[in-house]
Amino acid sequence: MSAVTYHFTVPGDDYSRAGEASSQVKNRLKRLGLPAGEIRRVSIALYEGEINMVIHGGGGEITVTVSPERVEMELTDHGKGIPDIALAMQEGYSTASPMARSLGFGAGMGLPNMKKYTDEMAIDSTVGVGTTVRMAVHLAPAS
Amino acid sequence: MTLSDLEQLPMLRRLTPEPPAPRPVESVFCCDLLSLAMSRARAGCAWVTVMANLNTVAVATLTDAACLVFAEGITPPEGCVTKAAEEGIAVYTSSLPVYETARAIDGGRL
Repeated sequence: MSAVTYHFTVPGDDYSRAGEASSQVKNRLKRLGLPAGEIRRVSIALYEGEINMVIHGGGGEITVTVSPERVEMELTDHGKGIPDIALAMQEGYSTASPMARSLGFGAGMGLPNMKKYTDEMAIDSTVGVGTTVRMAVHLAPAS
Repeated sequence: MTLSDLEQLPMLRRLTPEPPAPRPVESVFCCDLLSLAMSRARAGCAWVTVMANLNTVAVATLTDAACLVFAEGITPPEGCVTKAAEEGIAVYTSSLPVYETARAIDGGRL
């Protein structure tokens, strides 16, 4: 399998469409025949990132690249940025709006889940400019 | 227990129009916070919740839940059921609260 890249635009503040990109990626990874465990890890991490883009980032862009060795995800928004990344990474810390909380979000698990379910994760954020999150899930060699 | 067995429980009413695929129900999961559910729901679970919106369906799909059960007689918005049907997730409403619903499913010998 050669590398394939998927690109998605995530609308901001549209909770009804949140998760569409993650769902499409999941279905495409299934068609590519990736193992169920790795598909689940990618789905969880990507969904959390996508939701963060909707809640905090005003939407943005997602690029997913699948190669035989790994699934790379890059999520970029142009929202308000993260002032304290270490604090944001703590389980239970959340700045989600009352609207987001009323829909079941805001448990402060998003970034920790992304870290937990990926093999690599890096956050580049500038207050007032936006945030880019890069993640990767490693794929075991096919037996 | 399969989804077909689960459908025999008297407190449950299926909302998705088509009979479910012959899929096993391997566990029961109760949670209303979607990020927690995203992290903790196991593939193949019956997810019992009162959080009825499109995002619940998205999380159920991504975690590969066997079905969604809305407790307390909650009927989700029509768009939720339609989306769940598209994604192959069976949706039920239960006349009982969350705990009693989960006990009933568990008592059905998972």
